[in-house]
Amino acid sequence: MEKEFNYMTGTQIIFLIVGAVTLIAALMVVTVRNLVHAALWLVATLFGVAIVYTLLNAGFLAVVQVVVYIGAIAILFIFAVMLTRRQAADTGAALNSNWWAGALMAVLTFAGLAYLLQTWSGFSKQSAAIPSGFDAIGQLGTALTSPQGYVLPFEVASVLLLAALVGAVYLAFNKK
Amino acid sequence: MIPLSWYLILAAGLFSIGLFGVLARRNAVAILLGVELMLNAVNINLVAFWRYGDISMMAGQVFAIIVFAVAAAEVAVGLALVISVYRRRNTVVAEDLDLLKW
Repeated sequence: MEKEFNYMTGTQIIFLIVGAVTLIAALMVVTVRNLVHAALWLVATLFGVAIVYTLLNAGFLAVVQVVVYIGAIAILFIFAVMLTRRQAADTGAALNSNWWAGALMAVLTFAGLAYLLQTWSGFSKQSAAIPSGFDAIGQLGTALTSPQGYVLPFEVASVLLLAALVGAVYLAFNKK
Repeated sequence: MIPLSWYLILAAGLFSIGLFGVLARRNAVAILLGVELMLNAVNINLVAFWRYGDISMMAGQVFAIIVFAVAAAEVAVGLALVISVYRRRNTVVAEDLDLLKW
């Protein structure tokens, strides 16, 4: 126990840098006044989360994060900001009058989560080494499409996506 | 190596920042940006528990993919609602939309 003094490994340093950048970018998302800038900071946050997926050996999810979140969702946000732009939207306050209550709520949530997690016995668990020849993407594909796996939730998700897109077209359709 | 706690704390921080965005922003599009941050925090937790648990159980990654689909659906409907409201009321500030308020 007394020779526990060890240096940080490269992965840890990468994680700390990526985590700090992600959190700072997330703070910019919720505080900057200009919404186009907020959407661009969201892109930075999403990219940081993609790197976190890579550190967790979930390469497929990292690619999906870049393609779906950054490629589709963030661009959709930028379009929505440009479609709902007015002069007044950029001059008014970015935060409402109860922002301090929101900040208090967020800090309390973080403190509560950190306290609860720290009382859990598996909190500082280390990851097991990935067995050689483990095919994560193949396993994921099998799990998503086999009846013993998650084919039903997967299909329900596709129906939900279709219904949401039809609903979005209906809502945003200009009747005149 | 990185202990599980680092990922959980990062996710908790990201979730809290997103919660602050949802509670404190005035613009409806910015509120949706906060919801996106919260969904991403949940996804980090799901993938971290997959990696640090039994790696041959793919439930964590599968649920993360379903969260992607739900997030895409939420953004599509949410932004369509915002654009529809903007057309009728000419505002996207959440506190101006008080039709249901007594």
